[in-house]
Amino acid sequence: MISVMVFLPAAGAVFLLFVSGKRTGFIKGFSLGISSGVFLLAVWLFVNFNPYYPLPQFVERARWIGFGLNYHVGTDGISLVLVALTALLSPLALASSFRYIKEREKEFYIMLLLLETGMLGVFVAQNLFLFYIFWEAMLIPMYFIIGIWGGERKLYATVKFVLYTMAGSLLMLVGIFYLWKLSPDHSLYFYRLYSLEIPHQAQILLFLAFALAFAIKVPLFPFHTWLPDAHTEAPTAGSVLLAGILLKMGGYGFLRLAMPLFPEAFRLFLPYLLVLSIVSIIYGAAMAFVQEDAKRLIAYSSVSHLGVVMLGIFALSFRAYMGGIYQMLNHGLSTGALFLLIGMVYERTHTRDMKNLGGLARPLPVLAAFLMVTVLSSVGLPGLNGFVGEFLVFLGTFETNRVAAALAALGIILAAVYLLWMYQRVMQGRAREKFLSLPDMSLREILIMVPLVVLFFWMGLYPGFFMKKFERSARFMMEITQQKYKIISLVNQGGER
Amino acid sequence: MSLLLSGVLFPPALGALILILLGRLLSKRSVSWLSPAAVGISFLTSLLSFFLIKGKASLYLFPWLSVGGLQVDFSLLWDPLSSIMALTVSGVSFLIHIYSVGYMGEDPGYRRYFAYLNLFTFSMLLLVLAPNLPMMFVGWEGVGLCSYLLIGFWFEKETAANAGKKAFIVNRVGDFGFLLGIFLLFTLLGNLNFDYINYHANSLAPSAATAAALLLFLGATGKSAQIPLYIWLPDAMEGPTPVSALIHAATMVTAGVYMVSRLFPLYARSGLALNVVAWVGIITAAFAATIALVQNDIKRVLAYSTISQIGYMFAGVGVGAVSAGMFHLFTHAFFKSLLFLAAGSVIHALGTQDMREMGGLRKKMPITFWVFTIAALAISGIPGFAGFFSKDQILAQAYIRSKAIWAIGVVTAGLTAFYMFRLIFMTFFGEPRGWKNAHESPPVMTGPMLVLAFFSVVSGWFFSSFHGWLKPLGYIHLEELPESKEALLMGASVGLALLAIGLAWWIYLKRGKGFHTGFIHKLLLNKYYVDEIYNAAFVIPYREGSRLISRYFDIGIIDGTVEGSGRLTLQGGRLMSFFQSGFLKDYALWMAAGVVLALFVMLGRAL
Repeated sequence: MISVMVFLPAAGAVFLLFVSGKRTGFIKGFSLGISSGVFLLAVWLFVNFNPYYPLPQFVERARWIGFGLNYHVGTDGISLVLVALTALLSPLALASSFRYIKEREKEFYIMLLLLETGMLGVFVAQNLFLFYIFWEAMLIPMYFIIGIWGGERKLYATVKFVLYTMAGSLLMLVGIFYLWKLSPDHSLYFYRLYSLEIPHQAQILLFLAFALAFAIKVPLFPFHTWLPDAHTEAPTAGSVLLAGILLKMGGYGFLRLAMPLFPEAFRLFLPYLLVLSIVSIIYGAAMAFVQEDAKRLIAYSSVSHLGVVMLGIFALSFRAYMGGIYQMLNHGLSTGALFLLIGMVYERTHTRDMKNLGGLARPLPVLAAFLMVTVLSSVGLPGLNGFVGEFLVFLGTFETNRVAAALAALGIILAAVYLLWMYQRVMQGRAREKFLSLPDMSLREILIMVPLVVLFFWMGLYPGFFMKKFERSARFMMEITQQKYKIISLVNQGGER
Repeated sequence: MSLLLSGVLFPPALGALILILLGRLLSKRSVSWLSPAAVGISFLTSLLSFFLIKGKASLYLFPWLSVGGLQVDFSLLWDPLSSIMALTVSGVSFLIHIYSVGYMGEDPGYRRYFAYLNLFTFSMLLLVLAPNLPMMFVGWEGVGLCSYLLIGFWFEKETAANAGKKAFIVNRVGDFGFLLGIFLLFTLLGNLNFDYINYHANSLAPSAATAAALLLFLGATGKSAQIPLYIWLPDAMEGPTPVSALIHAATMVTAGVYMVSRLFPLYARSGLALNVVAWVGIITAAFAATIALVQNDIKRVLAYSTISQIGYMFAGVGVGAVSAGMFHLFTHAFFKSLLFLAAGSVIHALGTQDMREMGGLRKKMPITFWVFTIAALAISGIPGFAGFFSKDQILAQAYIRSKAIWAIGVVTAGLTAFYMFRLIFMTFFGEPRGWKNAHESPPVMTGPMLVLAFFSVVSGWFFSSFHGWLKPLGYIHLEELPESKEALLMGASVGLALLAIGLAWWIYLKRGKGFHTGFIHKLLLNKYYVDEIYNAAFVIPYREGSRLISRYFDIGIIDGTVEGSGRLTLQGGRLMSFFQSGFLKDYALWMAAGVVLALFVMLGRAL
């Protein structure tokens, strides 16, 4: 089932290769159909997932290239919700491109579908080798999406994006080789690796290699400068998926790999990681505040929000850890929504420079209302999703480190500053004459936004529905990190399904 | 019985939902029925609950946050304290909804306005009925949001948009404290229900209780506009006047007082925290009253007056007299919202808020004039009117605890009477200054004003039953004062108030002009330059600092390093271009060599 879900988009992409590029209507409908199909499969997984079982479920394995390296996928609770997020955002991003993308449409949708396969693969891979393949493979379609359909400085942004990410992951690759060599069965299966005894010195080096790759992806300060450029130059769909999904892989990498594989080294670097998280929160917020380009502003806001995620994951408190994971989902939804909405503004006004915007709430009241709700979700208004994640992260962090929590909580003030400032500059004030006749949101655009807004409320008011699914897995992962479990016994007792 | 509580809370939510989702399909007429009716139902259910529910009731709705030992439920709590608040909130809100039908009648954003107003009422009731801190915080932020939306209601006006944003951000500073207070309490007690916290407050170390109480109080100074976070409220007057009456006078801004009353045992555990509450309250009361003395914008006078009166409430709770503080909250809700509505009636008629352009309105707007006068007498503490009783209680209790607080309170009472009657004389007496046509407002506006005028008198007559009603909370207590002494104190404050009224009459009617010179006048007119100081201390450094960092550090140093290493690689690449022959076979060879080398090194290390 999982494999079908993961490779369905890729298969669709291959099929599209044989379709004439002129039949754009068919291509759009077909890709949206595929992507929606993936979403339905993800829903099926979500519903049928047993929340009381912490290890991967729906496991599928096949012999592959030898050297002990097999094809091995499955999903535990944490992967499950990230898969669901991916499967939801992908069709929305796809549908948002119907009018935005005007050239080489067929290629664009092929790239989006390939990207979807890559993203899903990262979250369901159960061994390090497969994980790395998806991790790198995903870069290629993203490279083209930004490089071909991007804005004015797209080349600069693409090269920066790829080099940055590659620089990080190359070191990780070396680390993976080392682990392959070290592990007795060479399978690189996550849960076997967790039980490896890795020498202290090696742990430190390996942790640094993995942490660098993931920190760039998150991105943690000071590895963030690729993000504003990539976000700003990417077309809307690219920004949505970049912010919504790709950034999550950094956090996912930390909690799935860097922390549980090298717990001693993680402990050693923990103080620095906390500092980097807090600096990211405050620094990202301060930088967001002074941007003139709305997309750049949102990009820096991601730095700040992901700082909260990482703080939660690093804080070593179960509540914060849960909050961190929840905040990944929240950030994916609300930042995705922000990019979608700013994209809609851009399609109408052809500018993202906030100096030239303003007063759009007069001609675009519906768009303004959606933007308001999204901004509120992003600033963590209680009752909406963002609050639940932030509250848990700060509360949990407070239990283990009061100063860190207090500093990080400054972020709630700063987030209000830059987001309301953005809303004001885009929507409030007097609109320019030429903007007064702009058309408000179309039905398609409203339909793209509605699922997101529904989730803002749902996740804000009844988080238990979602948290229940990953609570066990999260506790399990955290306890591995804290070395409370001896994994060997559990895995060997046939704990897999 | 407890099911009634959902009838208190949800009708306004439903109203807001319908207006937001279907507002465009509704006619203006149906909006003006639907929205007030939703709140009216709320009020009637509150009234019913008030009579039917004896003591406490709670209604469990659904679990909200439940993670590893943290358990926060969505449920509602009805007890003496919340019942009084719910009645006041829904009642005043209902009247203001009706008034708004007239006041906002011509506005194109009619539906949006009523949607926000309904949403506000819902959030405020949620705040009031919350049984635990996180849920109160939901309401707390909800009312803050509605306040933001309604201050910036006329969003095309730059000043309105700025004022809304300022309100939200300043409140966020308070929320920062509020949240840390919640975290601290959870760390200490492991439970965030009010009952639990109050019950176990005495097991806390006094220093811990002080820290938690003061952090929460920072939130209160934001929401309730006290020093140091009061600065957003005067600007909030950019919103429509009924909003100022409801949110920025009668209900939302008193939430801080309600919160401190709710958690009084926690505050009482720490003597220091209570002292801080009392002193911040009384100093704010005096401070804001002095600013109100010289303002020329009718709504700004009232805004500073609100800040000042809430200061009294905090002073009352801070000296340990919860029932007195809450009683002032109760009476203030009537006369202050009436003052705003009457001011709104004037603004509606003249189209200006500047009192220097008013004058002589007494004959043209008799109802407005009379209800305004009643409310002014109430706030000035003239015997027989509501404010007299509540303020008198606070001052008497303060006298027992601290003579200094009492003295400041009495002087402030004099200042209050002075600026209120200065306002009346400038607005309703003398000759018309600049306006030509004024008319009394329609019945839909004067009706609610008359009801409020009635309560501005009689609501003060029931202090002992009010006190008795709150008694079951367990921490309601008043010190006894000898009657002769009480009469003396009362005489002092009433005498001072009458003197102040006389002085205002002499200056603004008899003499016909105010004092408009001198350093102090300028200082007050500019509100002690606090906005300017905050700007220089916080806003400008943050903005300019961020700009500098963005330009020189983010782009200059970090990105520069990245690009520098890129360039370095490029140079290196030129050097290496020897390897780039362009033939695929060469590449394959190099690649294979590389892999072999890598494996060799790794094996070497491992063996």
